[in-house]
Order: sequence, then structure tokens, then C-alpha cells
Amino acid sequence: MTGFAAAAGALSVEAVGVSMRFGDVVALDDVSVRVEAGTMHALLGENGAGKSTFVKCLMGFHRMTAGQIVVGSREVDVRDPRAAHAHGLGMVYQHFTLVPSLSGAENMVISRERVPTVIDWQAERAALARFVDTMPFTAPLDVPVQRLAAGERQKLEILKQLYLGRRFLILDEPTSVLTPGEADELLGTLRDLTRSGRLTVLMITHKLREVSAFAHVVSVLRQGRHVGTGRVADLDHGSMAAMMIGEKTVRAGTERGNAVGSVGLRVQDLRTPDRTGRKEIVIDSLSVRSGEIVGIAGISGNGQTELMEVLTGQRRPQSGGIRIDGRSYVPSRAAVHATGVRCLPEEPLRNACASRMSLAENLAFRTFDRTVDGRRRFWLDRPALRSRARDLAARFRIHAASVEHPMASLSGGNVQRAVLARELTGTIRVLIVANPCFGLDFAAVAEVRSRILTVRNSGAAVLLISEDLDEILELADRILVMSEGRIVHETARACADAAVIGRHMAGRP
Amino acid sequence: MTAAAMHGAALSVLDGGLAAVRRRGEAVIIPVGALVAGLLAFAIFLAFIGRSPVEFYGLVYKAAFGSAFSWENTLARTAPLLLAALCTALPARLGMIMIGGEGAIVLGGVAAGVFAMSWPALPGALGIAGMAAAAALAGGIWIGAIGLVRHVRGVNETIASLLMAYVAVALMNHLVEGPFRDAGSLNKPSTAPLADGFRTGTIPGFDVHWGLAIGIAACVLCWILLERTSWGFAARIVGGNVRAAHVQGLPVGRLVVGFSVLAGSLAGIAGMVEVAAVHGAANASLAAGYGYTGILIAFLARHHMLAIIPVATLLAGFDAASGLVQRRMDLPDATVLVLQGMVFVSILAGEALHGRLTWLRGPARS
Repeated sequence: MTGFAAAAGALSVEAVGVSMRFGDVVALDDVSVRVEAGTMHALLGENGAGKSTFVKCLMGFHRMTAGQIVVGSREVDVRDPRAAHAHGLGMVYQHFTLVPSLSGAENMVISRERVPTVIDWQAERAALARFVDTMPFTAPLDVPVQRLAAGERQKLEILKQLYLGRRFLILDEPTSVLTPGEADELLGTLRDLTRSGRLTVLMITHKLREVSAFAHVVSVLRQGRHVGTGRVADLDHGSMAAMMIGEKTVRAGTERGNAVGSVGLRVQDLRTPDRTGRKEIVIDSLSVRSGEIVGIAGISGNGQTELMEVLTGQRRPQSGGIRIDGRSYVPSRAAVHATGVRCLPEEPLRNACASRMSLAENLAFRTFDRTVDGRRRFWLDRPALRSRARDLAARFRIHAASVEHPMASLSGGNVQRAVLARELTGTIRVLIVANPCFGLDFAAVAEVRSRILTVRNSGAAVLLISEDLDEILELADRILVMSEGRIVHETARACADAAVIGRHMAGRP
Repeated sequence: MTAAAMHGAALSVLDGGLAAVRRRGEAVIIPVGALVAGLLAFAIFLAFIGRSPVEFYGLVYKAAFGSAFSWENTLARTAPLLLAALCTALPARLGMIMIGGEGAIVLGGVAAGVFAMSWPALPGALGIAGMAAAAALAGGIWIGAIGLVRHVRGVNETIASLLMAYVAVALMNHLVEGPFRDAGSLNKPSTAPLADGFRTGTIPGFDVHWGLAIGIAACVLCWILLERTSWGFAARIVGGNVRAAHVQGLPVGRLVVGFSVLAGSLAGIAGMVEVAAVHGAANASLAAGYGYTGILIAFLARHHMLAIIPVATLLAGFDAASGLVQRRMDLPDATVLVLQGMVFVSILAGEALHGRLTWLRGPARS
């Protein structure tokens, strides 16, 4: 119980002039941030702004090139994560680090710095119970972690950090896997802990709503530099976003037309087992008209992946099927060409590209076997393939050393741009999209969304499956909620209420 | 970031330039380095058992590439290796590790022998074409069936093809010792000796049989198929990312089975060439391990159709030298197998280096 005994209130941490260089790349440039004891401090920034690098320097995962870390009033040398832990610094990751098959109590005990060879579980459990009694919140300790909901796991993770005696906690996008309700509860708990002086929290996030609702102070990083720190009470969303993105020009929001036409995509009586084989995906009727975006909201793992796999031809449904413009549709090469159905699957590098093939080849996936007038071709036209790739790369601003470079050498934003370039040229009747902005930075997100809106305005039927509710609320004309493999809620854009949608997402209408 | 942006601006200028050389550099340096490392390891092994590595490699050079005669000997052995290597390299481009080429080779040989027995009166050219067709059919069905069960039932093609190779050898032994045994073959059960018109002769002006020309032509045609046609492109998408291939609506099943059939047919033809050009009848000599050496060649060539040609020649040279090495240095004939094994392990280890030779890369990546 060494960790628990050492816990004695929130710590302040100050980074002074922290710089981090990887070879020629400057990831952090003279960043100074002070996190006061007992506050909830948000760290905002785009992808690649240096947030993760910064906290990794604090935690000793990286040895910073220059700068000091002051914990409390003492300058400390954070050589490695062990040293950080010894000073009371802890971190909760985006993805869970608990052992799924062990219970909460077992997870907590085995995480201790020094675990006895033979564990006296009875004594440990009693000590744990005493510890949990002193906490303002609790989590189930006797159930295997794999049976807990995401929110409970995240709470258990925090409980574990407190049990280990951490007094300064870094959280890396702690709510990305939670429902809005769970997120609010977790962040509320953390804020209460900071208010009561037990803990200081530094939270990486990109959700402005969470910053203004829960954080006391916010610091913003941009391109490795600290661009400002301020009290949340003094800042509105507009000024925080401006600090994050700087002078970059974000594509203006595309106008939304209002012409809704005939049904382009219809899914009927679809039944297919989910990937565990234990549950079933059941969609009785889902239709998307041309000129509208239908958004399917839901927490990951509620059947969206399986639905997407059926729609893209990666999975054969047990029964039921898809109709495009009233005609039955099986995603074959000929049907894909004839009907103008395009797909943007999630994680484009994993689902839509061959990472070892070149950018030019990846851009040709849809067209390599067709002549300009749509007939089959046997011989590849390699010069045409390359010049078309250069043209697309320029039009969609894909940054690559050359079109001959392998896809794997492109950054995430450029991979997504390449897939957009491939799928969004030509006449589009139906567009099926899943989590298109996952892992992209601010400017890229705006660009992707504006392109999706342009496709809608040109008269295509768009189905958007997304785990990001903000994205659904921004883009969709009609919002459906998927939970436990079924569509459980439907609302028009005009009467959408995030709280109601969130409850349906959580399966508690 | 700025360097990356500059590279983006120089998009077209750099195309096919230095960057491409750097990129391809890795694909050449790693296998060549692995080969050299394997040869060095074997040299240490030789020194350890008290033999001179210098003498060994000198003898290998002399026996394999030192004279016109040794070149002919080497190239005659190269022929079946080319086709056997294609049987592993082609499926590999679709993401399959098919190591059962030996099975397709022996069955192709038997099919060719049985065809020649059944229609001995055919004119020579027709007979040879018929033997080739029978051999391609037998090999194609054998490997194609493995591609099919892999696609339909998710059966592991590596294990399946290996085990099927043992079945094929047993089947061959049964056929040449039983139903198709020639009464005249006494101590080595064989099919009936081929009529003279069914024997493929040597390439004019060159004491190497036609198998070499067939093998090289097959490598070149497979390269054209993969790199220059839309079928090959589709196959490479399947190999690059089968999920993306499904999303693009490509007929993944047809491609997987089709390329497996093609790979098996080529191995089958290797068996037919052995029968028609070397043995003159189908018998147990068909199971000479060409299929297994082919795996090594395909991996050394990184499944590149044209790289197979020099690599197969090199390994055929080792093979050709084994007799001489055995006699002159008093080493067991398995010595060459030890060498092959060391090279193979070295190549597998080299696979782990891909993408890690940072000094080979351009100054910036976006």
C-alpha cells in the first residue's frame, strides 16, 4: 500500500521552456505551461500540434531536448515513466490499459510498483475497500473488466491512478470512447476531485464543449508552440478555435441546398450476425433520398461496422439486401461502375488502400480496368494512370514526395485526401461514408465535410455512419441512432436534440 | 513539415528520380545482403568443420559457372526451378504463401507420362502440346483447389499446400507403381518410355533442353500479366489489401482461384518438361525437391517475376556443384542443403529489415 500512503493532495506542475526535437523535426519549441494545484487544465490543439509529445515529455516517455519540469516547488529530473510515477505523476490513455479478464481489484493490485510474490488477496481486498470508502466515486471492483461499460472502465482507470498515489493526472482524450452522458459524469467526477484538492488534472482534448463545461484553465498548442493560456470563463468557443488553428484558411461552410429527390439507397429486412456471432444486426428499413445526408449515430461496436461491411461488399448478409434506385444491388465490379455507388470506409489506409502500392496505383483502383468511355480494358495505360494521379494530387492537394511513393509514406490527412480524390470524382449516385474524419486535423476535417456536402448538393444520396455526434449534427439532414444492432431512434435535423440522441446511443431512451 | 511541403511542391519533378532509386534500393540491398550473409554463415560453418570456405566457393564457381559445359549443366537445372518458383511467387502477389509446388510438379509429370502412354500414335508436336495441357491441368487443379478452399473456407493455404504435396507424391508413387506401371520398368517403376516424337530436344546451338526457354518465357509473361494488365493490377490490389479489393467490387474469389490455377499449371508444366526432356518417363525421380528450392527462389526474388531468373540460375548452380564438392572435398551431398537452409533463414531474417534502413530513404517524408 505504499502508493496510497504517499497520496497527500494535488500537485502543481510547471514545464519551463520545454523543447523536443526528433532529428530535424522540431516537435516542441520552448513550451512553458504552468498547471496550478487542484485545477482542471485542458490542453487544446490540432493533430500534430505537439500535445502528445508534450505530455510524453512530462511523463518521461521522451527525454526532452531542452527545458525543465518543476513539480510542486522542486525541479525534478523525469528520466523515465518510473521517475514520473515516483513524483506522483500519472497518465490515463485513450485506449484502456486494464487487463480485460481480471477484475478491477486484481487490476489495481497488480499495477502497483512492488507486488509481493504471494498476494494475500483477503488483506488486499480489505485495504482496497477502505481506500474506495475514502473516494467520492466508485467503480465495480469484483467483475472482470471486460464486462464493464466503457464509462465504468475509464472510472476504474482513474480510481487505479488514485490508488497508486498519483496526484497529478494526465488524460489523453478520455471521453473519445464514451457516450455524452458517460463523458459528462466522468469529467464531473474529475472536476470534483480537483475541487476537493486531491488531484490536479491535465486533459488533452479536441472537444471545445468539454473544455468550457468542465475545465478551469485552457492552454493551446499550435505547431509545437504554446500560443496561449487563459481562464475558461474568459474565453468563448470562437476564440479558442481561433487560437488552435491560427491564420490557416478553413474552407468556408458549403451552402446547403434543399432539393430532396427519389430514394437512392434502400436497405431492407437486413439480417446478419455481428462479428462475435452472438448478436444479430437487424435493419428493417433504411432509405436515403438523393440530395440528403442520413447520419447514423452510435457508439462504436453497436453494429455500424457490420452494416458498413454489408454495404461495401465485405460481408454477405444472412438475408435481406440493398436496393439502389429501386433495383437490387450486389456490390460487384460491374454494379459499382454502373450504379455510381461510392464508399469511403473508415480507417482508409486499412480499408481502402494498399499501403505498399504507390499513390498513383492507389488512385487508379476504381478506373484501371475501364477505358474513358467505360468499356473494359485488358492492358493498363500506365502513362495515363500516372498523369491522372498527378492531376488528382494537385486538385485535391495531396502532399506526397511523388505519386510513385508508396501509400504508407503519406500522412493520415493525405491518405484520406487520396481516397476522396479517387471516390469523389465522376458522377456519384450514392455515397456511403464511415467515420471520415477520424484522426484528421481541424483543417482537413473541414475540407472532408465540405466535400461530402458538395456531393449531397449535387444530388447524391449520402449515408454517413459516424461515432462523432458533432459530425452527424453538422452534416446530416436526418439522424438515426443505432444501438445493439438496431435503429432505435430517428429525428429530422430541425428537431434534433443532442441529449435525446445521447440517451438513445447509450441504450437508455 | 516544411521539407514535406517543399517535396509536395516538387511533386512532378522528383517522379521516377532519385526517390525512386532510393525506394527500390531497399528491395535490392536487403535480399542481396541476406544472400551474402547466408554465404558467410555457411563459410563459418565450413571453417568450423575444418574445411576451406575459399576452396568450397571456388569449386562451386568452377562447377556451376566456370565453363560452357558447367553453364549448360546449371541451366538445365534452372528450367524446372523457374517454373517451381513461379508457383510460389504468383500466389504470393495475392497475399498467399503457397509452398506446395512439389505436388503440382510430380502430378504434372505423371499426367504428361500417362497422356503419352494413352495416345502414343499422335504426331510429335500434338503429343507434346497434349502432354503440356495434361500436366497444366493436373497441376492447376491441384493448386487451384487449395486456392478455392482458402477462399471459401478460410483454410490456411500454407499448411494445406505443404500437406497436399505429400499426398501428391504418394499418389504419384501409387500411379507409377500400380495402374500406369510399364511392365518393362523393373527396379524403377515408371510409366512407359516416351516415343521419340514426344521427347523435347535441346535448344538449337545450345546443349540445354527447351525447358529453359519455357521457364524464361513464363517468367516474362507472368511479369507482363502482373505489371501491365488490368487482371494483374486487380490481383495486386487483392494482395495489397483484400478489404480494399472487396470495397472496389473486385472478384476476389475468381482472382485468388484463377491465379492459384495458373501457378499450379506452371508447376505442372515443370513436371512435364522433366518427363519429356530429362527422364523420358514419369517416375519417382520427379520428386527431386525442385518445388522446395522454388520456395527459396521466390522469397529471394521477393516474388518479383523477373528477379526469379537470376536467382534460379544461382541456386541451380549450387545444385550443379553439389556432386563435385562431394567428390573433391569429401563432404556429404546434404552440404548444399545446409547452404540452402542457411541462405533461407538469412532471407527470412532480412524480411524484418524492410522499412528500417532509414539511410536509404529520402531526406524527408510527408
